Amino acid sequence: MISRRDFLQVSMAASALVGASGFGNWARLAAQQSLTQDQLLQFDTFGNVSLIHITDIHAQLKPIYFREPEVNIGVGDNRGQVPHVTGADFRKLYGIDDGSPSHYALTYNDFSSLAKTYGRVGGLDRVATVINAIRADRPDAILLDGGDTWHGSYTCYQTEGQDMVNVMNALKPDAMTFHWEFTLGSDRIAEIVEGLPFAALGQNIFDAEWDEPAELFPPYKFFERGGTKIAVIGQAFPYMPIANPGWMFPEYSFGIRDENMQAMVDEVRAQGAELVVCLSHNGFDVDKKMAGIVKGIDVILSGHTHDALPEPVLVGDTIIVASGSNGKFVSRVDLDVQNGKMMGFRHKLIPIFSDVIEPDKDVAALIDEQRAPFKTQLEEVIGQTDSLLYRRGNFNGSWDDLICDALLSEREADIAMSPGVRWGPSLIPGDDITREDIWNVTSMTYGKAYRNEMTGEFIKVILEDVADNIFNPDPYYQQGGDMVRIGGMGYRIDITKPQGERISDMTLLKTGEAIDPAKNYVVAGWASVNEGTEGPQIWDVVESHIRKMGTVTVQPNNSVKVIGA
Amino acid sequence: MDFTRRDTLALGAGAVALTVLPFRVNAAGEDAIAEFTGGADVAEGGVNLDAPEIAENGNTVPISVSAEGASAIMVLAMGNPTPGVATFNFGELAGSQFASTRIRLAGTQDVVAIAKLADGSFAKATKNVKVTIGGCGG
Repeated sequence: MISRRDFLQVSMAASALVGASGFGNWARLAAQQSLTQDQLLQFDTFGNVSLIHITDIHAQLKPIYFREPEVNIGVGDNRGQVPHVTGADFRKLYGIDDGSPSHYALTYNDFSSLAKTYGRVGGLDRVATVINAIRADRPDAILLDGGDTWHGSYTCYQTEGQDMVNVMNALKPDAMTFHWEFTLGSDRIAEIVEGLPFAALGQNIFDAEWDEPAELFPPYKFFERGGTKIAVIGQAFPYMPIANPGWMFPEYSFGIRDENMQAMVDEVRAQGAELVVCLSHNGFDVDKKMAGIVKGIDVILSGHTHDALPEPVLVGDTIIVASGSNGKFVSRVDLDVQNGKMMGFRHKLIPIFSDVIEPDKDVAALIDEQRAPFKTQLEEVIGQTDSLLYRRGNFNGSWDDLICDALLSEREADIAMSPGVRWGPSLIPGDDITREDIWNVTSMTYGKAYRNEMTGEFIKVILEDVADNIFNPDPYYQQGGDMVRIGGMGYRIDITKPQGERISDMTLLKTGEAIDPAKNYVVAGWASVNEGTEGPQIWDVVESHIRKMGTVTVQPNNSVKVIGA
Repeated sequence: MDFTRRDTLALGAGAVALTVLPFRVNAAGEDAIAEFTGGADVAEGGVNLDAPEIAENGNTVPISVSAEGASAIMVLAMGNPTPGVATFNFGELAGSQFASTRIRLAGTQDVVAIAKLADGSFAKATKNVKVTIGGCGG
């Protein structure tokens, strides 16, 4: 008799085969100039249920470049485990050829030159084509949006998320969960959610006053597909009022609440769920830990930490699927569910190569309609870049170096701080920098650039605090961002140490002197979670700086020394 | 870009005035435990303590405790200047031995619940609650 576990492993091998047939050949196919939409979409329909997962779009309606991280360190049990594997190690792990489309899609090396070969990725009109193709194979496939959808662009900011709502509604998702959406403020999110034609889920979205489940966000929804009863349980980002300004949505409380998750799994199983899917915005390592604690989840569709994995990760009997960010990937997961059990799966992470996948005409028109009122503002060229501008990385990215330079110079500060967010597309050398590009990496509802005096001691406290949000060995204490980016100051970090002991050798770069704990320094930054922060909007600060620069060149940043990686 | 003195002042006021380094365990907490248990051994498990991993607001952290058959459950915030939070006493007719409240935490620290069980033994649960300055969410 073959156990369920064997089935999963057999299917994992099958999934790897799909990966091999799809992935490994791309280099050769591309070399023959024959990478086609059919190859990207090729999938032998399997089992009786299909899930389609897209997450962390960050309002990127149009194709963009997106460079994956070079530095993504795992700590504790996750040291050296996916998704904390990058570059050549990642390609080796998944058998990806150097120079292949998968190399370009999934790793950072040679990004600028590969970007010129393979072009931009994403675009919700291309995503629509992929979704339609999967629905042609399996008309009742379930489309699930992992959240961070209504945030991250000029048009999304100006329309308070309406552009994204309009376009996503056209894709007809079945359910969604949330993170940055809440930074629209509780009134606006309530207004949108009340009109959504699909389920807005979050078992961990609670009423802050009564500590009871929030009425607006049900914990789960049932779907009957392929003769199978499927429960989708939502898990919103657990640390919203901590990582983002809680004063914008004071009515809500979050947290991981894994005990309630277990209660919900038990509840849906008792109601006859044959397949339990968790649509999660926990972040990958938190999902891995949760999968080991909560029993009975078949599939976790993982978002928040922006990881793109060509194969699911197996924890016990739960598979965890990570589908990238910024519209760059769509995951298709086919499942065989028999007699109330998941017997096997087949999975493909589909990269949205925008030059290969035909845009869906209706959705393309709808996107243009959203952008039309802002066309002039979006397209205005502010400057050019000689350097690759990207954000992802645990300690710095060239976009953030540029933003920190803008803060130092425009705000006449000693030290600049830029938040370690993971959204924001890349630009390649030679690109124009438009206003839209600047907003893509800065847009938010609390973007005011403060200027403040802080003691050296307090700056260390901030660095220690943020470092522990990333490098605490227990994933449940990780918030899923990267390290705060620092301009004008260097430091050394030992990630293996506990909070309070990680940061040392803080040095003011302009003088080369050690930071004095008792001395005050002028610090400019943005994205403060404190209410009443004043200053110009960060995108105006960056635009003004780039205008003065004309052509931007960002020097390599070696000011952070990392120990214990 | 200009900034006025008013901006600076306002920003100063908005700065975080929170100490976030992990707090030292207070000897007063250990003393309170010794007094509650009379020096008896305290076993791990048998008492449930529910508290968030990271506090959304250190000034009002929701916690709940329960222990079947307990006659009393003491809650301590080990890192607070005054660690004692509450002792919940349950009479013989209590329908359940469960209590929830909100507590104030001066910084990242362990919250401890100690229950006096029906057989007179003591059980303990500990949860580390982090108080952080926040920001920088992915």
